[in-house]
Amino acid sequence: MTKASSIAATTKKIVKKHGGGKSAMIAVLQDIQETFNYLPKEALKAAAQAMKVPFSRVYEAATFYTAFSLKPRGKNIVKICTGTACHVRGASALQDKFERSLCIKPGEMTPDGQFSLETVNCVGACALGPVVVINTEYHGQVTMAKVDKIIDKIKQEGAQ
Amino acid sequence: MVNLTVDGKNISAPKGTMLLEAIRGAGISIPTLCAHEAVSRSGACRLCVVEIKKGNRTRIVTSCLYAAEDGLIVNTKSDRVLNVRRLVMELLLARCPESEVLQKMAKEMSVEAQPRFVADSDKGKCILCRSCVRVCEEVVGVSAIGLFSRGSDKTIGTPYNEKSDVCIGCGACVYVCPTGHIEMTSTGDKRKIWGRTFKMQTCDKCGKFFAPVDQLKFISKKTGVPMSELTVCTECR
Amino acid sequence: MKNNSDTQPQQLKDDLKLNYGPNKKFVAICAGTGCRAYGSLKVKEALEAELKKQNMNVDVIATGCLGFCEKGPMVVIHPDKYFYQSVKVTDVPEIVSKTVAKGEVISRLLYRHPDTKKTMFREEDMPFYKKQLRVVFGSNGMIDPTKIDDYLVINGYQALGKVLSEMTPEGVINEVKKAGLRGRGGGGFHTAVKWEGVRKAHGEPKYVIANGDEGDPGAYMDRSLMEGNPHSIIEGMIIGGYAVGANEGYIYVRNEYPLAVTHLNIAIAAAREAGLLGKNILGTDFSFDIHINKGAGAFVCGESSALFASIEGRAGEPRAKYVHAVEKGLWDKPTVLNNVETWANVPLIINKGADWYSSIGTEGSKGTKIFSLVGKIMNTGLIEVPMGTTLYEIIYDMGGGIPGGRKFKAVQTGGPSGGCIPESLLDIPVDFDKLYEVGSMMGSGGMIVMDDTSCMVDVARYFLAFLKEESCGKCVPCREGIRRMSDILEDICAGKGTEGDINLLETMSQAIADGSLCALGGSAPNPVLSTIKYFREEYEAHIKDHRCPAGVCKALITYSIDPEKCTGCGLCIKVCPTQATSGEKKKAHTIDKDKCTRCGACIESCKFEAINVK
Repeated sequence: MTKASSIAATTKKIVKKHGGGKSAMIAVLQDIQETFNYLPKEALKAAAQAMKVPFSRVYEAATFYTAFSLKPRGKNIVKICTGTACHVRGASALQDKFERSLCIKPGEMTPDGQFSLETVNCVGACALGPVVVINTEYHGQVTMAKVDKIIDKIKQEGAQ
Repeated sequence: MVNLTVDGKNISAPKGTMLLEAIRGAGISIPTLCAHEAVSRSGACRLCVVEIKKGNRTRIVTSCLYAAEDGLIVNTKSDRVLNVRRLVMELLLARCPESEVLQKMAKEMSVEAQPRFVADSDKGKCILCRSCVRVCEEVVGVSAIGLFSRGSDKTIGTPYNEKSDVCIGCGACVYVCPTGHIEMTSTGDKRKIWGRTFKMQTCDKCGKFFAPVDQLKFISKKTGVPMSELTVCTECR
Repeated sequence: MKNNSDTQPQQLKDDLKLNYGPNKKFVAICAGTGCRAYGSLKVKEALEAELKKQNMNVDVIATGCLGFCEKGPMVVIHPDKYFYQSVKVTDVPEIVSKTVAKGEVISRLLYRHPDTKKTMFREEDMPFYKKQLRVVFGSNGMIDPTKIDDYLVINGYQALGKVLSEMTPEGVINEVKKAGLRGRGGGGFHTAVKWEGVRKAHGEPKYVIANGDEGDPGAYMDRSLMEGNPHSIIEGMIIGGYAVGANEGYIYVRNEYPLAVTHLNIAIAAAREAGLLGKNILGTDFSFDIHINKGAGAFVCGESSALFASIEGRAGEPRAKYVHAVEKGLWDKPTVLNNVETWANVPLIINKGADWYSSIGTEGSKGTKIFSLVGKIMNTGLIEVPMGTTLYEIIYDMGGGIPGGRKFKAVQTGGPSGGCIPESLLDIPVDFDKLYEVGSMMGSGGMIVMDDTSCMVDVARYFLAFLKEESCGKCVPCREGIRRMSDILEDICAGKGTEGDINLLETMSQAIADGSLCALGGSAPNPVLSTIKYFREEYEAHIKDHRCPAGVCKALITYSIDPEKCTGCGLCIKVCPTQATSGEKKKAHTIDKDKCTRCGACIESCKFEAINVK
């Protein structure tokens, strides 16, 4: 099976799991992203076929919602909270520090595929601000001094 | 029939008529950009706004989507209305500085470019009225083009900006576009649109190129009429 | 749990009461998202292990959010209700052997009043909790949100039982009307009027929806309710469905709240098993079920018609609301859309009655409201107060005032649709109408406190940058207008503002407010207008004097080192990304202003506060 046909087959199963209808569009896209870590073109085409909607309709949803990425994402996804409470506690300076340390801007991935950087508008953990969520772990009261330590720890854990 | 007052004038209109039609029917002009007779209403451009008063409550609404009601008092030229229209034109002029259609319209409305808005250079003449997308969805029925991303990054086009497999090259989108943003070129027996080249069909009678072969195949499939009966242009029928 | 459709909630509860007497000994530990980030799950594991080790048969319950988020992880030992804060794993053995075993209190783990230095044993003694009225939120601390039994013990589903056996749909609507419940999502619309509209509307099927899209940054009340007491929302929705004639409900949850989705799913499954959801609920002919839809990162989907579009599988673009959702909502059918907190109030109203409910609050705003108190405040957390409590009481009595000895400047309410309220207006009672009068709004409940180190022009710039990203892009005034306002504010913060900018912002604001298709664009000018109204001098300083009085806007400030305070330790040299700082060991350092990007790394690292911002 080619990579493209394997992606298509997996996608068809996902659509079926959600009832096959077009109203499950967002849930389908979320599952596709969960499976492949981003939304591959072949998956979106297969989803359109399986849900019997125009390809442009699937692409409309895929590009409207910022939770979705059309580009491959890194192994570790760093989400900096830029909600108001975190902003007031210095999230902007923190974001600059992450950008400097990882040498990427939000929406980009490091060349070695280890990290992707994203911003998110409030994760609801405001008491711990500024908050950074890496994969599923919440890091609170993050200071610029802590950033390099956090990145190094993840790199070490990945190497093991 | 419902009875309402527009700019002090008493008018009546059949129930269910949108204010836009009711007001234009009374001889009062209202500017529009995103309303087109071929497609459903979207309320995207906001040029057709009017001020309505119902009881004690005054509101600004788009006349293209608000149905006429008994006893409604409408003002098509209040300060609030003119303010909205002026800002919309200023914003569109800054977005599409090359559009002659917008420049003409702005002149008619006595609106000038706002120097504080730095003109865009990457939006072409597209004002995102979405008539093209609607006609492709509602009339043609293939949705080859759509609306992607959001906010000021919103664009119209084909997914991934790639050639569309379902486009039939009919040019309906070009026809409804108010500013002439969409490019369609014809050279000899070829038509190019949305990055795809279509072979044109010649008319059996006059020999002119009149429609893409793919479009006729599509119509044939949809209606059941055989291709051989479709290869005559509208003038020769 | 028996799956017996004739089993009434009272019966279910009576069966369990034997295990949950009022003097039952148990240890509650907060396991909301915030405390989990503090490591509360590790503390829970340690407690369970230690209790086992010491041969004590005492339950440890991971509860929903307790609200005092500043002091997590929080542990409450029942029945004495001793409240421990900032608990570490190393504290656990002592907690078990002293407090759980012998009822002895450990002083260092108690809340200590910052001024009087007095320690306080219980929630009701602490200033943070004292003036609160936690009728909705308080249940969080008594239950494990993943166990329906816990909810039944605290009278869960009693209201549903009463409604289905004793009340008509019209009767339910009347009770909610008498109570005076108004929407808690920001609109403040009278809930009963909405329900009545759907009841009378033509069209089948009808729907009820809980809006859990809580997009206002800094607000997390709904998250804590969905995580901490999901059944309260479910019960409210079933009652609402019965009242309006809907058999299907949706809960739309933000993508950023995975724990809330998990807990809601567990609760729905448990409710189905208990015969409280599904066909023929409690043996009646009323059937109702709930689906969960997740958002995907779009603030605009908190707007009702955009939310419907999202559930329908489209991009979240709102549509013009000249035909209301109560007549044509989800799939063009009559729909009730209410905020999560609104739904959670419904069982309370049925259980305790409209008279009781309407005795709380003000003339125009009945009941309580949950707020998230965040930003530059001592006691960050979630509070629930009767409507009519003043902002001063919230910020100073409950919030403990501003940390670091700094001065209060403003409080932002209503999120990006709201406005800033200055010190002069802190006596305002929290009330839907009063907040509108001063140019702000209640909104969903986020309260962001700012001090003298917050620049109000930067705050306006921040909100507009946020709205620019979140605009759906359909209509011109919002898509293009907000972008242009944002550009002007960026200019002002960069020292490129021009004379006439303030007037231009004000003129644009009126047109954008009037011309936008939905409330995102319609209320976008609010943060700008309210900061201009109360802090005009800051705008003028930025434009005319190229100065940022609060010392925030990078282009308008300079960093310099105070030679009297600097010890020459070299820390700032280490962290500076542009090598702007230099100096010899043990000698006062200097900053090269041309290389300095004002990133703030040196200020953060300096232990002697030797770096000045001007």
